[in-house]
Amino acid sequence: MSRPKALLMDATQMNRALSRIAHEIIERNKGTEQVALVGIRRRGIPLAQRLAARLKAFEGREVPVGSLDITLYRDDLSELASLPVVHKSEVNFKLPGRVVVLVDDVIYTGRTARAALDALLDIGRPAAIQLAVLVDRGHRELPIRPDYVGKNVPTSPRERVEVHVTEIDGEDFVALYDNE
Amino acid sequence: MPGLKRKDILGLREMTVEEIDLILNTAEALKDLATRPVKKVPTLRGKAIVTLFYENSTRTAKSFELAAKYLGADVIHVSAATSSVQKGETLKDTARNLEAMGVDAVVVRHSMGGAPHLLARSLRASVINAGDGIHEHPTQGLLDMLTIRQKKGGFKGLKVAIVGDSYHSRVARSNIYGLTKYGAEVWLAGPSTLLAQGFEEYGVRTTTRVEEALEGADVVNVLRLQLERQEKGLFPTVAEYHRFWGVTAERLRLAKPDVLLMHPGPMNRGVEIATAVADGPQSVITEQVTNGVAVRMALLYLLLGGGEAA
Repeated sequence: MSRPKALLMDATQMNRALSRIAHEIIERNKGTEQVALVGIRRRGIPLAQRLAARLKAFEGREVPVGSLDITLYRDDLSELASLPVVHKSEVNFKLPGRVVVLVDDVIYTGRTARAALDALLDIGRPAAIQLAVLVDRGHRELPIRPDYVGKNVPTSPRERVEVHVTEIDGEDFVALYDNE
Repeated sequence: MPGLKRKDILGLREMTVEEIDLILNTAEALKDLATRPVKKVPTLRGKAIVTLFYENSTRTAKSFELAAKYLGADVIHVSAATSSVQKGETLKDTARNLEAMGVDAVVVRHSMGGAPHLLARSLRASVINAGDGIHEHPTQGLLDMLTIRQKKGGFKGLKVAIVGDSYHSRVARSNIYGLTKYGAEVWLAGPSTLLAQGFEEYGVRTTTRVEEALEGADVVNVLRLQLERQEKGLFPTVAEYHRFWGVTAERLRLAKPDVLLMHPGPMNRGVEIATAVADGPQSVITEQVTNGVAVRMALLYLLLGGGEAA
Protein backbone atom coordinates (compact mmCIF):
# COMPACT_ATOMS: atom_id res chain seq x y z
CA MET A 1 0.00 0.00 0.00
CA SER A 2 1.45 3.30 -1.11
CA ARG A 3 1.49 6.44 1.05
CA PRO A 4 -1.31 8.96 0.53
CA LYS A 5 -0.25 12.23 -1.08
CA ALA A 6 -3.06 14.13 0.61
CA LEU A 7 -5.60 13.51 3.35
CA LEU A 8 -8.98 14.63 1.99
CA MET A 9 -11.20 13.95 5.01
CA ASP A 10 -10.57 12.70 8.53
CA ALA A 11 -13.09 10.83 10.70
CA THR A 12 -14.66 14.02 12.05
CA GLN A 13 -15.07 15.51 8.61
CA MET A 14 -16.61 12.27 7.34
CA ASN A 15 -19.10 12.29 10.23
CA ARG A 16 -20.05 15.90 9.59
CA ALA A 17 -20.51 15.28 5.87
CA LEU A 18 -22.75 12.26 6.55
CA SER A 19 -24.82 14.25 9.05
CA ARG A 20 -25.27 17.04 6.54
CA ILE A 21 -26.27 14.60 3.81
CA ALA A 22 -28.81 13.02 6.20
CA HIS A 23 -30.33 16.47 6.83
CA GLU A 24 -30.42 17.18 3.10
CA ILE A 25 -32.20 13.87 2.45
CA ILE A 26 -34.83 14.76 5.07
CA GLU A 27 -35.28 18.28 3.75
CA ARG A 28 -35.50 17.32 0.12
CA ASN A 29 -37.95 14.46 0.74
CA LYS A 30 -39.96 16.33 3.41
CA GLY A 31 -39.21 13.68 6.02
CA THR A 32 -38.23 10.04 5.65
CA GLU A 33 -41.60 8.36 5.26
CA GLN A 34 -40.92 7.17 1.70
CA VAL A 35 -37.14 7.02 1.94
CA ALA A 36 -35.07 3.85 1.68
CA LEU A 37 -31.29 3.59 1.44
CA VAL A 38 -29.42 1.16 -0.80
CA GLY A 39 -25.67 0.88 -0.43
CA ILE A 40 -23.54 -0.10 -3.41
CA ARG A 41 -21.02 -2.82 -2.57
CA ARG A 42 -18.68 -2.59 -0.94
CA ARG A 43 -18.12 0.66 0.94
CA GLY A 44 -21.50 2.10 0.06
CA ILE A 45 -23.10 -0.40 2.44
CA PRO A 46 -21.59 0.85 5.75
CA LEU A 47 -22.13 4.42 4.58
CA ALA A 48 -25.83 3.65 3.93
CA GLN A 49 -26.11 2.11 7.39
CA ARG A 50 -24.57 5.20 8.98
CA LEU A 51 -26.97 7.46 7.08
CA ALA A 52 -29.88 5.28 8.24
CA ALA A 53 -28.77 5.63 11.86
CA ARG A 54 -28.71 9.42 11.46
CA LEU A 55 -32.11 9.52 9.76
CA LYS A 56 -33.50 7.54 12.70
CA ALA A 57 -31.84 9.86 15.22
CA PHE A 58 -33.12 13.02 13.46
CA GLU A 59 -36.63 11.86 12.52
CA GLY A 60 -37.32 8.94 14.89
CA ARG A 61 -38.22 6.55 12.11
CA GLU A 62 -36.48 3.38 10.91
CA VAL A 63 -35.48 3.60 7.28
CA PRO A 64 -35.04 0.34 5.36
CA VAL A 65 -31.51 -0.36 4.15
CA GLY A 66 -30.54 -2.64 1.29
CA SER A 67 -27.38 -3.54 -0.56
CA LEU A 68 -26.61 -3.82 -4.23
CA ASP A 69 -23.89 -5.83 -5.95
CA ILE A 70 -23.47 -4.39 -9.44
CA THR A 71 -21.03 -6.98 -10.82
CA LEU A 72 -23.55 -8.54 -13.19
CA TYR A 73 -24.35 -5.11 -14.63
CA ARG A 74 -20.82 -3.83 -15.20
CA ASP A 75 -20.00 -2.73 -18.74
CA ASP A 76 -16.30 -3.58 -18.45
CA LEU A 77 -16.43 -7.29 -17.52
CA SER A 78 -14.86 -8.33 -20.82
CA GLU A 79 -11.99 -5.90 -20.26
CA LEU A 80 -11.02 -7.04 -16.78
CA ALA A 81 -8.04 -9.31 -16.36
CA SER A 82 -9.56 -10.95 -13.29
CA LEU A 83 -13.22 -11.64 -12.84
CA PRO A 84 -14.92 -10.00 -9.86
CA VAL A 85 -16.62 -12.20 -7.27
CA VAL A 86 -20.40 -12.00 -7.47
CA HIS A 87 -22.24 -11.23 -4.24
CA LYS A 88 -25.91 -11.20 -3.35
CA SER A 89 -27.95 -8.04 -3.61
CA GLU A 90 -30.31 -7.69 -0.68
CA VAL A 91 -33.26 -5.41 -1.11
CA ASN A 92 -35.83 -6.84 1.29
CA PHE A 93 -38.48 -4.18 0.92
CA LYS A 94 -40.95 -3.28 -1.81
CA LEU A 95 -39.65 -0.61 -4.18
CA PRO A 96 -42.89 0.88 -5.60
CA GLY A 97 -43.72 4.10 -3.75
CA ARG A 98 -40.22 4.37 -2.28
CA VAL A 99 -37.66 7.07 -2.85
CA VAL A 100 -34.46 5.06 -2.99
CA VAL A 101 -31.24 6.86 -2.15
CA LEU A 102 -28.34 4.96 -3.70
CA VAL A 103 -25.23 5.37 -1.58
CA ASP A 104 -21.65 4.97 -2.77
CA ASP A 105 -18.28 6.08 -1.47
CA VAL A 106 -16.86 7.77 -4.60
CA ILE A 107 -18.35 8.89 -7.89
CA TYR A 108 -15.90 9.07 -10.78
CA THR A 109 -16.89 8.06 -14.33
CA GLY A 110 -20.50 7.42 -13.35
CA ARG A 111 -20.41 3.89 -14.74
CA THR A 112 -20.95 2.26 -11.34
CA ALA A 113 -23.97 4.49 -10.75
CA ARG A 114 -25.31 3.55 -14.21
CA ALA A 115 -24.91 -0.15 -13.39
CA ALA A 116 -26.60 0.39 -10.01
CA LEU A 117 -29.56 2.13 -11.66
CA ASP A 118 -30.04 -0.82 -14.01
CA ALA A 119 -29.61 -3.36 -11.20
CA LEU A 120 -32.16 -1.56 -9.02
CA LEU A 121 -34.71 -1.13 -11.80
CA ASP A 122 -34.58 -4.86 -12.52
CA ILE A 123 -35.59 -5.52 -8.91
CA GLY A 124 -38.54 -3.14 -8.99
CA ARG A 125 -39.88 0.30 -9.85
CA PRO A 126 -39.27 2.84 -7.12
CA ALA A 127 -41.07 6.21 -7.13
CA ALA A 128 -37.71 7.94 -7.53
CA ILE A 129 -34.00 7.25 -7.26
CA GLN A 130 -31.49 9.69 -5.79
CA LEU A 131 -27.73 9.36 -5.47
CA ALA A 132 -25.58 10.15 -2.43
CA VAL A 133 -21.78 9.95 -2.48
CA LEU A 134 -19.14 10.79 0.06
CA VAL A 135 -16.69 12.07 -2.57
CA ASP A 136 -17.24 13.42 -6.09
CA ARG A 137 -13.92 13.37 -7.88
CA GLY A 138 -15.16 14.49 -11.30
CA HIS A 139 -14.32 13.07 -14.77
CA ARG A 140 -17.82 11.85 -15.57
CA GLU A 141 -18.18 9.72 -18.71
CA LEU A 142 -21.98 9.49 -18.49
CA PRO A 143 -24.69 12.11 -17.88
CA ILE A 144 -25.07 11.27 -14.18
CA ARG A 145 -25.04 13.77 -11.32
CA PRO A 146 -25.22 12.97 -7.60
CA ASP A 147 -27.98 14.58 -5.50
CA TYR A 148 -25.96 14.61 -2.28
CA VAL A 149 -22.18 15.08 -2.10
CA GLY A 150 -19.98 14.91 1.00
CA LYS A 151 -17.01 16.63 -0.62
CA ASN A 152 -16.08 17.72 -4.13
CA VAL A 153 -12.45 16.93 -4.92
CA PRO A 154 -10.73 17.98 -8.14
CA THR A 155 -8.50 15.08 -9.19
CA SER A 156 -6.41 13.90 -12.08
CA PRO A 157 -7.17 10.56 -13.76
CA ARG A 158 -3.67 9.47 -12.68
CA GLU A 159 -4.79 9.74 -9.07
CA ARG A 160 -6.90 7.45 -6.94
CA VAL A 161 -9.32 8.34 -4.16
CA GLU A 162 -9.70 5.82 -1.36
CA VAL A 163 -12.42 5.91 1.24
CA HIS A 164 -11.56 3.93 4.36
CA VAL A 165 -14.36 3.00 6.76
CA THR A 166 -14.06 1.49 10.22
CA GLU A 167 -16.46 -1.35 9.39
CA ILE A 168 -14.18 -2.68 6.63
CA ASP A 169 -10.78 -1.01 6.99
CA GLY A 170 -10.57 -0.41 10.73
CA GLU A 171 -10.43 3.39 10.50
CA ASP A 172 -12.23 6.34 8.94
CA PHE A 173 -10.48 8.62 6.46
CA VAL A 174 -10.46 9.64 2.81
CA ALA A 175 -7.15 10.08 1.04
CA LEU A 176 -5.67 10.78 -2.38
CA TYR A 177 -3.02 8.47 -3.86
CA ASP A 178 -0.92 8.37 -7.00
CA ASN A 179 -1.70 5.41 -9.24
CA GLU A 180 1.40 3.30 -9.65
CA MET B 1 -8.00 -13.12 -7.69
CA PRO B 2 -10.99 -15.18 -8.80
CA GLY B 3 -12.23 -16.52 -12.07
CA LEU B 4 -11.58 -20.14 -12.87
CA LYS B 5 -8.13 -20.78 -14.25
CA ARG B 6 -9.49 -23.21 -16.79
CA LYS B 7 -11.29 -23.11 -20.13
CA ASP B 8 -13.50 -26.14 -19.62
CA ILE B 9 -15.50 -27.95 -16.96
CA LEU B 10 -15.00 -31.64 -17.59
CA GLY B 11 -15.27 -33.26 -14.18
CA LEU B 12 -14.98 -32.77 -10.44
CA ARG B 13 -12.10 -35.23 -10.20
CA GLU B 14 -9.50 -32.71 -11.37
CA MET B 15 -10.98 -29.70 -9.56
CA THR B 16 -9.58 -28.21 -6.39
CA VAL B 17 -11.51 -27.41 -3.23
CA GLU B 18 -10.84 -23.69 -3.92
CA GLU B 19 -12.42 -23.95 -7.37
CA ILE B 20 -15.46 -25.79 -6.05
CA ASP B 21 -15.85 -23.22 -3.24
CA LEU B 22 -15.74 -20.41 -5.78
CA ILE B 23 -18.38 -22.10 -7.94
CA LEU B 24 -20.70 -22.82 -5.00
CA ASN B 25 -20.30 -19.29 -3.57
CA THR B 26 -21.02 -17.76 -6.96
CA ALA B 27 -24.06 -20.02 -7.38
CA GLU B 28 -25.33 -18.93 -3.97
CA ALA B 29 -25.04 -15.27 -5.01
CA LEU B 30 -26.80 -15.87 -8.33
CA LYS B 31 -29.58 -18.11 -6.99
CA ASP B 32 -32.05 -15.32 -6.21
CA LEU B 33 -32.04 -14.17 -9.81
CA ALA B 34 -34.47 -16.95 -10.71
CA THR B 35 -37.04 -15.70 -8.20
CA ARG B 36 -37.01 -12.03 -9.20
CA PRO B 37 -39.68 -10.41 -11.33
CA VAL B 38 -37.02 -9.63 -13.94
CA LYS B 39 -35.02 -12.82 -14.31
CA LYS B 40 -32.39 -11.42 -16.62
CA VAL B 41 -29.11 -9.61 -16.24
CA PRO B 42 -26.93 -8.30 -19.08
CA THR B 43 -23.75 -10.03 -17.88
CA LEU B 44 -23.31 -12.42 -20.81
CA ARG B 45 -25.07 -10.28 -23.39
CA GLY B 46 -23.66 -11.08 -26.82
CA LYS B 47 -22.33 -14.51 -25.85
CA ALA B 48 -23.62 -17.57 -27.69
CA ILE B 49 -23.96 -20.99 -26.11
CA VAL B 50 -24.93 -24.27 -27.67
CA THR B 51 -26.26 -27.30 -25.83
CA LEU B 52 -25.18 -30.30 -27.91
CA PHE B 53 -26.96 -33.41 -26.67
CA TYR B 54 -26.32 -36.91 -27.99
CA GLU B 55 -28.55 -38.36 -25.26
CA ASN B 56 -32.01 -37.33 -24.18
CA SER B 57 -32.43 -34.83 -21.41
CA THR B 58 -35.10 -32.47 -20.25
CA ARG B 59 -33.82 -31.27 -16.92
CA THR B 60 -30.14 -30.70 -17.67
CA ALA B 61 -30.62 -29.20 -21.13
CA LYS B 62 -33.41 -26.86 -20.02
CA SER B 63 -31.55 -25.94 -16.86
CA PHE B 64 -28.50 -24.88 -18.90
CA GLU B 65 -30.73 -23.06 -21.35
CA LEU B 66 -32.47 -21.06 -18.63
CA ALA B 67 -29.19 -20.37 -16.83
CA ALA B 68 -27.71 -18.95 -20.03
CA LYS B 69 -30.82 -16.90 -20.76
CA TYR B 70 -31.00 -15.47 -17.22
CA LEU B 71 -27.45 -14.21 -17.72
CA GLY B 72 -28.40 -12.61 -21.02
CA ALA B 73 -26.66 -15.04 -23.41
CA ASP B 74 -28.19 -16.54 -26.53
CA VAL B 75 -28.64 -20.32 -26.56
CA ILE B 76 -29.41 -22.87 -29.21
CA HIS B 77 -30.07 -26.53 -28.63
CA VAL B 78 -28.80 -29.24 -30.93
CA SER B 79 -30.10 -32.72 -30.41
CA ALA B 80 -28.30 -35.56 -32.17
CA ALA B 81 -31.62 -37.15 -33.00
CA THR B 82 -32.65 -34.23 -35.23
CA SER B 83 -29.35 -33.01 -36.68
CA SER B 84 -26.65 -33.83 -39.23
CA VAL B 85 -25.40 -36.44 -36.79
CA GLN B 86 -28.04 -38.58 -38.45
CA LYS B 87 -26.16 -38.10 -41.73
CA GLY B 88 -22.98 -39.45 -40.19
CA GLU B 89 -21.23 -36.25 -39.13
CA THR B 90 -18.67 -36.83 -36.39
CA LEU B 91 -18.83 -35.21 -32.98
CA LYS B 92 -15.73 -33.12 -33.68
CA ASP B 93 -17.02 -31.87 -37.03
CA THR B 94 -20.41 -30.95 -35.59
CA ALA B 95 -18.76 -29.02 -32.75
CA ARG B 96 -16.25 -27.31 -35.08
CA ASN B 97 -19.04 -26.17 -37.33
CA LEU B 98 -20.88 -24.71 -34.35
CA GLU B 99 -17.70 -22.96 -33.27
CA ALA B 100 -17.27 -21.60 -36.80
CA MET B 101 -20.68 -19.95 -36.34
CA GLY B 102 -19.27 -18.09 -33.34
CA VAL B 103 -20.30 -20.16 -30.36
CA ASP B 104 -18.50 -19.24 -27.09
CA ALA B 105 -19.36 -22.36 -25.11
CA VAL B 106 -20.45 -25.89 -25.95
CA VAL B 107 -22.41 -27.83 -23.35
CA VAL B 108 -22.15 -31.45 -24.38
CA ARG B 109 -23.80 -34.68 -23.31
CA HIS B 110 -22.63 -37.89 -24.88
CA SER B 111 -22.97 -41.61 -24.23
CA MET B 112 -19.19 -42.05 -24.54
CA GLY B 113 -16.99 -41.21 -21.57
CA GLY B 114 -14.33 -38.70 -22.61
CA ALA B 115 -16.31 -37.14 -25.48
CA PRO B 116 -16.25 -33.67 -23.83
CA HIS B 117 -12.48 -34.00 -23.29
CA LEU B 118 -12.00 -34.67 -26.98
CA LEU B 119 -13.98 -31.53 -27.81
CA ALA B 120 -12.17 -29.46 -25.19
CA ARG B 121 -8.86 -30.24 -26.91
CA SER B 122 -10.05 -29.37 -30.40
CA LEU B 123 -12.15 -26.25 -29.71
CA ARG B 124 -11.22 -22.74 -28.62
CA ALA B 125 -14.68 -22.41 -27.10
CA SER B 126 -15.30 -23.49 -23.51
CA VAL B 127 -16.66 -27.00 -23.12
CA ILE B 128 -18.93 -28.02 -20.25
CA ASN B 129 -19.57 -31.69 -19.63
CA ALA B 130 -23.30 -32.27 -19.15
CA GLY B 131 -22.78 -36.00 -18.67
CA ASP B 132 -20.42 -38.35 -20.53
CA GLY B 133 -21.26 -42.03 -20.47
CA ILE B 134 -20.75 -43.48 -17.03
CA HIS B 135 -17.81 -41.15 -16.36
CA GLU B 136 -18.86 -37.80 -14.85
CA HIS B 137 -21.74 -35.33 -14.59
CA PRO B 138 -20.00 -32.41 -12.89
CA THR B 139 -22.89 -29.95 -12.86
CA GLN B 140 -25.11 -32.53 -11.15
CA GLY B 141 -22.34 -33.19 -8.63
CA LEU B 142 -22.02 -29.47 -7.96
CA LEU B 143 -25.76 -28.91 -7.53
CA ASP B 144 -25.93 -31.85 -5.14
CA MET B 145 -23.07 -30.33 -3.18
CA LEU B 146 -24.73 -26.89 -3.14
CA THR B 147 -27.93 -28.47 -1.80
CA ILE B 148 -26.04 -30.33 0.93
CA ARG B 149 -24.01 -27.25 1.88
CA GLN B 150 -27.15 -25.11 2.18
CA LYS B 151 -28.81 -27.58 4.54
CA LYS B 152 -25.83 -28.95 6.46
CA GLY B 153 -23.41 -26.06 6.37
CA GLY B 154 -20.56 -28.17 4.99
CA PHE B 155 -19.44 -31.67 4.13
CA LYS B 156 -16.82 -32.75 6.63
CA GLY B 157 -17.80 -35.91 8.52
CA LEU B 158 -21.19 -36.25 6.85
CA LYS B 159 -22.30 -39.78 6.07
CA VAL B 160 -23.55 -39.75 2.48
CA ALA B 161 -25.24 -42.91 1.22
CA ILE B 162 -25.43 -43.25 -2.56
CA VAL B 163 -27.99 -45.95 -3.16
CA GLY B 164 -28.60 -47.95 -6.33
CA ASP B 165 -26.92 -48.43 -9.65
CA SER B 166 -23.62 -46.67 -9.00
CA TYR B 167 -21.87 -48.75 -11.66
CA HIS B 168 -23.70 -46.99 -14.52
CA SER B 169 -23.86 -43.67 -12.69
CA ARG B 170 -21.85 -40.62 -13.69
CA VAL B 171 -23.78 -38.78 -10.96
CA ALA B 172 -22.35 -41.12 -8.33
CA ARG B 173 -18.80 -40.63 -9.63
CA SER B 174 -19.00 -36.84 -9.64
CA ASN B 175 -20.48 -36.93 -6.13
CA ILE B 176 -17.67 -39.19 -4.91
CA TYR B 177 -14.93 -37.00 -6.39
CA GLY B 178 -16.47 -33.81 -5.03
CA LEU B 179 -17.61 -34.90 -1.56
CA THR B 180 -14.50 -36.85 -0.59
CA LYS B 181 -12.32 -33.78 -1.26
CA TYR B 182 -14.10 -32.20 1.71
CA GLY B 183 -13.87 -35.19 4.02
CA ALA B 184 -17.38 -36.62 3.66
CA GLU B 185 -17.83 -40.32 4.37
CA VAL B 186 -19.35 -41.77 1.20
CA TRP B 187 -21.10 -45.15 1.07
CA LEU B 188 -22.27 -46.98 -2.03
CA ALA B 189 -25.11 -49.48 -1.62
CA GLY B 190 -26.79 -51.69 -4.18
CA PRO B 191 -26.75 -55.12 -5.78
CA SER B 192 -23.19 -56.34 -6.24
CA THR B 193 -23.63 -56.40 -10.01
CA LEU B 194 -24.41 -52.67 -10.02
CA LEU B 195 -21.82 -51.34 -7.56
CA ALA B 196 -19.10 -49.02 -8.84
CA GLN B 197 -15.66 -50.43 -8.07
CA GLY B 198 -12.26 -48.93 -7.44
CA PHE B 199 -13.12 -46.06 -5.10
CA GLU B 200 -11.38 -47.48 -2.02
CA GLU B 201 -8.56 -44.96 -2.48
CA TYR B 202 -11.15 -42.20 -1.95
CA GLY B 203 -12.22 -43.85 1.30
CA VAL B 204 -15.55 -44.93 -0.19
CA ARG B 205 -17.22 -47.89 1.48
CA THR B 206 -19.36 -50.35 -0.38
CA THR B 207 -22.17 -52.63 0.78
CA THR B 208 -24.87 -54.80 -0.75
CA ARG B 209 -27.14 -54.16 2.24
CA VAL B 210 -28.89 -50.84 1.78
CA GLU B 211 -29.71 -50.76 5.51
CA GLU B 212 -26.03 -50.62 6.39
CA ALA B 213 -25.51 -47.55 4.23
CA LEU B 214 -28.67 -45.80 5.47
CA GLU B 215 -27.89 -46.35 9.17
CA GLY B 216 -27.21 -42.90 10.65
CA ALA B 217 -26.86 -41.26 7.22
CA ASP B 218 -26.95 -37.45 6.90
CA VAL B 219 -27.64 -37.56 3.18
CA VAL B 220 -29.23 -40.26 1.03
CA ASN B 221 -28.75 -39.82 -2.70
CA VAL B 222 -30.94 -42.29 -4.56
CA LEU B 223 -29.76 -43.13 -8.06
CA ARG B 224 -32.05 -43.73 -10.97
CA LEU B 225 -32.13 -47.31 -12.15
CA GLN B 226 -30.87 -46.64 -15.66
CA LEU B 227 -32.99 -49.13 -17.51
CA GLU B 228 -31.55 -47.94 -20.84
CA ARG B 229 -28.00 -48.92 -19.81
CA GLN B 230 -28.73 -52.36 -18.34
CA GLU B 231 -27.48 -55.56 -19.83
CA LYS B 232 -29.50 -58.62 -19.12
CA GLY B 233 -29.10 -60.42 -15.85
CA LEU B 234 -27.67 -57.72 -13.58
CA PHE B 235 -30.74 -57.92 -11.36
CA PRO B 236 -33.76 -60.25 -11.51
CA THR B 237 -36.79 -57.98 -11.85
CA VAL B 238 -37.72 -54.38 -11.16
CA ALA B 239 -40.07 -55.53 -8.38
CA GLU B 240 -37.32 -57.49 -6.72
CA TYR B 241 -34.93 -54.56 -7.06
CA HIS B 242 -37.44 -52.42 -5.17
CA ARG B 243 -37.90 -55.05 -2.48
CA PHE B 244 -34.18 -55.30 -1.72
CA TRP B 245 -32.72 -51.92 -2.61
CA GLY B 246 -35.60 -49.48 -2.95
CA VAL B 247 -35.54 -46.51 -0.54
CA THR B 248 -38.78 -46.80 1.37
CA ALA B 249 -40.15 -44.86 4.34
CA GLU B 250 -39.32 -47.77 6.61
CA ARG B 251 -35.70 -47.96 5.47
CA LEU B 252 -35.26 -44.18 5.60
CA ARG B 253 -36.07 -44.29 9.34
CA LEU B 254 -32.61 -45.84 9.82
CA ALA B 255 -31.05 -42.55 8.75
CA LYS B 256 -30.75 -39.44 10.93
CA PRO B 257 -34.12 -37.70 11.49
CA ASP B 258 -32.91 -34.64 9.57
CA VAL B 259 -31.57 -36.69 6.66
CA LEU B 260 -31.63 -35.08 3.21
CA LEU B 261 -33.23 -37.24 0.58
CA MET B 262 -31.90 -36.53 -2.90
CA HIS B 263 -32.50 -37.90 -6.38
CA PRO B 264 -30.98 -36.63 -9.63
CA GLY B 265 -34.11 -37.47 -11.63
CA PRO B 266 -35.94 -38.58 -13.57
CA MET B 267 -37.41 -40.82 -10.90
CA ASN B 268 -38.72 -44.32 -11.38
CA ARG B 269 -41.29 -44.09 -8.61
CA GLY B 270 -41.87 -47.40 -6.90
CA VAL B 271 -38.56 -48.77 -8.20
CA GLU B 272 -35.51 -47.13 -6.63
CA ILE B 273 -37.60 -44.74 -4.54
CA ALA B 274 -41.02 -45.02 -2.92
CA THR B 275 -43.44 -42.23 -3.77
CA ALA B 276 -44.09 -41.47 -0.08
CA VAL B 277 -40.37 -40.84 0.35
CA ALA B 278 -39.92 -38.83 -2.85
CA ASP B 279 -42.71 -36.46 -1.79
CA GLY B 280 -41.93 -36.67 1.94
CA PRO B 281 -40.67 -33.98 4.32
CA GLN B 282 -37.00 -35.01 4.00
CA SER B 283 -36.99 -34.73 0.23
CA VAL B 284 -34.94 -31.86 -1.24
CA ILE B 285 -35.43 -33.02 -4.81
CA THR B 286 -37.10 -29.76 -5.90
CA GLU B 287 -34.35 -27.68 -4.28
CA GLN B 288 -31.84 -29.71 -6.28
CA VAL B 289 -33.52 -28.60 -9.49
CA THR B 290 -33.53 -24.95 -8.39
CA ASN B 291 -29.87 -25.17 -7.42
CA GLY B 292 -29.09 -26.72 -10.79
CA VAL B 293 -29.89 -23.47 -12.55
CA ALA B 294 -27.79 -21.51 -10.03
CA VAL B 295 -24.75 -23.78 -10.44
CA ARG B 296 -24.95 -23.57 -14.23
CA MET B 297 -25.25 -19.78 -14.09
CA ALA B 298 -22.16 -19.72 -11.88
CA LEU B 299 -20.16 -21.84 -14.31
CA LEU B 300 -21.20 -19.80 -17.33
CA TYR B 301 -20.32 -16.58 -15.51
CA LEU B 302 -16.95 -17.90 -14.36
CA LEU B 303 -16.03 -19.31 -17.77
CA LEU B 304 -17.44 -16.62 -20.07
CA GLY B 305 -17.76 -13.53 -17.87
CA GLY B 306 -14.25 -12.20 -18.12
CA GLY B 307 -12.07 -11.04 -20.96
CA GLU B 308 -9.42 -12.96 -22.86
CA ALA B 309 -7.05 -12.87 -19.92
CA ALA B 310 -9.52 -14.31 -17.42
